[in-house]
Amino acid sequence: MQMNRRKLLKGATALVAASFISKPTFASGDTIKLGSLLDTSGIFDAYGKPMDKTARLAVEQINASGGLLGKQIEYILYDTQSNMALYTQFGKKLARTDNVDVMHGGILSASREAVRQTFRKRNIPYFYNVLYEGGVCDRNIFINGITPAQQVKTLVPAAVKKFGKKIYVLAADYNYGQITANWIKKYAEEVGAEIVQTDFFPLDVADFGSTIAKIQTAKPDMILSVLVGGAHISFYRQWAASGMNQKIPMASTTLGVGNEQNILAKEETEGVLVAYNYSQELPNALNQKLLADYKAKYGSIDDLHSTAVSHYEGILTWAKAVRQADSVKGADITVVLEAGLSIDTPSGQMTVDAKTHHSILDVHLCEFRNKKMEILESFPQQQPLDTQAVCDLIKNPNDNQQYEIKI
Amino acid sequence: MDLTAVIIVEILYTIASLIIISSGLAVIFGMMKVINFAHGEFMMIGGYATIIAVKSGINIYVSILIIAPLVVGIIGVIIERLIIRHLYGRLVDTMLATWGISIVLIGLATMIFGNTTEGITTPISGWQIGDYRINGYNFFIIMIAILIVSLGYYLLKFTKLGLIARGAMQDPNVASSLGYNPDRIYMTTFFIGSAFSGMAGGILAPLVGLTPNWGTAYIAKAFITVVVGGPSIITGLLSSSTLFGSVNQIFSFITTPVWGEVALLVTAIILLRLLPKGITNSIFRGKL
Repeated sequence: MQMNRRKLLKGATALVAASFISKPTFASGDTIKLGSLLDTSGIFDAYGKPMDKTARLAVEQINASGGLLGKQIEYILYDTQSNMALYTQFGKKLARTDNVDVMHGGILSASREAVRQTFRKRNIPYFYNVLYEGGVCDRNIFINGITPAQQVKTLVPAAVKKFGKKIYVLAADYNYGQITANWIKKYAEEVGAEIVQTDFFPLDVADFGSTIAKIQTAKPDMILSVLVGGAHISFYRQWAASGMNQKIPMASTTLGVGNEQNILAKEETEGVLVAYNYSQELPNALNQKLLADYKAKYGSIDDLHSTAVSHYEGILTWAKAVRQADSVKGADITVVLEAGLSIDTPSGQMTVDAKTHHSILDVHLCEFRNKKMEILESFPQQQPLDTQAVCDLIKNPNDNQQYEIKI
Repeated sequence: MDLTAVIIVEILYTIASLIIISSGLAVIFGMMKVINFAHGEFMMIGGYATIIAVKSGINIYVSILIIAPLVVGIIGVIIERLIIRHLYGRLVDTMLATWGISIVLIGLATMIFGNTTEGITTPISGWQIGDYRINGYNFFIIMIAILIVSLGYYLLKFTKLGLIARGAMQDPNVASSLGYNPDRIYMTTFFIGSAFSGMAGGILAPLVGLTPNWGTAYIAKAFITVVVGGPSIITGLLSSSTLFGSVNQIFSFITTPVWGEVALLVTAIILLRLLPKGITNSIFRGKL
């Protein structure tokens, strides 16, 4: 290659620039590194963006109160762009190059499974703070999301009591929908209710005309929606457009998770019965403070959903464990967490279940009124029964898999 | 009895919505031989135009029937002037170019509106048929489909404009030697095609949750309907929509919507095997 002055200059500039960009990231020792992987762009950003916001809020609050063990927390986030391949890549980067002390993140189950082993191998504790289908059994992971048993066990008996015993189930056609439909069947049968029909819909189905006619033929006492995503929102709209929302009541395991009520009209969600770990309407002081802080920092609480709140609570749980253990090492905080660490959060008390590393938490039965989830009744300290049925980390501490739970 | 009435309305509605989502493509692909992969995105823009118009206080029917077609028609003309006009007669190249346009449009919509779901409510309340209630908006969609087909037929068959357009599509050189400007005619036709796509998006907007990549769900169905329809635009559109709409809804009622979609695709595959150039190449030959 011929070298001239221009090329030399170009090369030199590039070299200097490169040395700025890839500044050495290895152990500085004076901060605690909280690593995170979230989809803050792409099709799942409705979930990921508010999670990133609450994480920043949590870190800011902990740092403002003096940090952990006298050190400030450094928040390292990679945007995985709703692309599962990037989880593997950035997960390795967090574990090997950035040497983070803890990992909080992952949204879809697929993304969690893509990085779970990476952090396990490096003994970096992994907090997965999202509602999911249950069954993960791994001593390195801590999960505070609500699982189907916790949610459905509350929702179905309450709905049966309120509406009647003939249930028509509409579910999204992938593992979450299928598994949840099985749990619905189990808990419906326990209270003597009957599932007259279960229809599964691929995620891109947006036309429910024939289904709405079929529901009227079956004449159920209620419908139970396990529908997921943008296309399925059409169902609520078409259901209301046919006037059926006045005739057959509805319960749902998913409506509101992505704050769908903000997109739909008031009459399209009015009266729908749901059960979650969190509602913005919770009156407790911690929730009021979170809402105020979030509003002060970001201007609006419209996008604050239950997943973002449980992400916030996951970080607080970890921080409490670090303080009690007086260490950030995975082995040390695991001991503290497994002792049944309990923490008061905006959504109620959360207690770590030593057997499964899942969370024992409060479930709130709510009804949509005027686009808000008004709380009807709270069910304190519900056990993650589904995962408990298959996973026992006290007996088998080396277990490392996601069980498919037979019902 | 009531159920039969409901099923018939649902079948008519499905046929009508196939006509509506395919009409724009029938013009652009059927007449102009431009494989418009951005058809779904034209619909998406029509949907957003309608939602924005309604939210800013404009009457919903005005938004659907005037604003959405106009906005998308203008965007269509801009795209035609900048890109498509250089590619007439190059079938594969138009496919690549419009695919690129579709990606750009999805990206732009995501930047402007964010990757979230938007929506408005349907303007017509439910109708009672015996023991059943059905979506009153279905009747509006059926009416519009009838209107589109009759208007299209009238324009192409009985007006000078239609005759010139058909002539220019068949042989631009002859048309130009007779004193017509094929360039202008192509531009106008593309405008009309885009406007139809935009109106389709506007009409469907109150029924669905709109996201920037919403259009991709419709593109396959629209292409299948137009391709199976064959060379005659109006007759082809009508016959293939009727066939697919009926198959889809009958199977949806007997089983689930999933099998309805499967039945539609299987019918399309069998038909393309038997009549590779479309229904109107063998049956209804020479019709418009």
